[in-house]
Amino acid sequence: MASEVLVPSSPAEAVALFGDGAGTTVIGGGTVVVPDMTYGRLHPDRVLLLSQAGLDGVTVDGDTITIGATTRVNALLELEGKVAALAACARNVADYEVRGQATVGGNICGYGDLQGCLLALDATARSAGVDGERTEPLEAFLANRSGRLLLDVSFELPAASAFAVLEYPHTHEFTVLAVTGVRTAGGDTLLAATGVAGPGARLRSAEALASDPDAAAAAAASDVTFADDALASAWYRGQTLPVLVRRVLNQLEESS
Amino acid sequence: MNLTVNGVAATIESGPLTSLLDVLREELGVTSPKAGCEQGGCGACTVLVDGEPRRSCLTPVASVDGAAITTVEGLGSPENMSPVQQAFTHHYAAQCGFCTSGMMMAAQAYIDRGGSDDHEAIQEALGGHVCRCTGYVKIIDAVAAAARGESFDLTVTAPGAAMTTLGGVA
Repeated sequence: MASEVLVPSSPAEAVALFGDGAGTTVIGGGTVVVPDMTYGRLHPDRVLLLSQAGLDGVTVDGDTITIGATTRVNALLELEGKVAALAACARNVADYEVRGQATVGGNICGYGDLQGCLLALDATARSAGVDGERTEPLEAFLANRSGRLLLDVSFELPAASAFAVLEYPHTHEFTVLAVTGVRTAGGDTLLAATGVAGPGARLRSAEALASDPDAAAAAAASDVTFADDALASAWYRGQTLPVLVRRVLNQLEESS
Repeated sequence: MNLTVNGVAATIESGPLTSLLDVLREELGVTSPKAGCEQGGCGACTVLVDGEPRRSCLTPVASVDGAAITTVEGLGSPENMSPVQQAFTHHYAAQCGFCTSGMMMAAQAYIDRGGSDDHEAIQEALGGHVCRCTGYVKIIDAVAAAARGESFDLTVTAPGAAMTTLGGVA
């Protein structure tokens, strides 16, 4: 059991207590960390419990949406009218009760079901660490987030968005493979996948061919390395990715 | 730390990272929440935290300091069952009973937030709850009945009542 449990009551206190993050286990909703402690896989010495830190909430400022790190995943469903893909992506995470407890930041920094969708939304991440606060593209944050405490993510409201996922007949498995497509206010098409090897990934080759869904679908595989695990083989993911890309591009076309 | 469990105030002595499930069962002796998978996958430990259904096995007690917790014991008593408890009894929605308390708390939360008797919506609401007896049809029937506000004369239909009658004959 942890020897030290810290429960900050403000964002500033959370940042101060996090410091450089060394030796600190962060708990948002607890859905990932608590089972690890229960089963003895994790014996943290120092725990930062964010439940009272005031890092939750969704704010809409003009065309900019900001989502606090400890916002519950279920809260994203309320964005269905503004960002359909993000609501659909959130609904695909676990079940109603776990979504009510799991946090957006915990998911981004943990199993990552939301990563692909937020990458397609070209989100930025605001985080804190030993060198202070910084705001950067989510893609950069995911590539180098060691020692960082995620504070929130922000993105511009898209003109349209679409989400397609490889359905898996169990409410608690992680996203096997999903693709999000976004039509920006400027008319660009952005695509990203979750469930590939490593964090979510933009599908830039497919984006360049977005006006031709078949060509984009064929090109998407060149943008990623496929995970090969118990949920699905790399081969199966490779066969499925073009289908999902074509599906979201067709959905975007229909909604435009 | 403090909790109010089924209306009774309690001071908690367990460590801050102790799961709410362990606090309820081991420290407070409230045993309706069950320790099933203890990783959030089965729903047997679901309780209401300030009215919201939560997996108590995933919840460090420090994260709910000061909250009001409701378990099946807080819904009603054998002599004065809540509508959800009545519906589960009437529809024979419990077999081994291990999942039942979690199912009932999820059902109560679903009804409290205005859930209807639509079976698809009920399946969505209870989607994280596993019944290894596979008694899902009767569970969903029970939740639908409770959502419609039905009440039941359990002296006629309850399993306990039937057994009493048989006992009288024997």
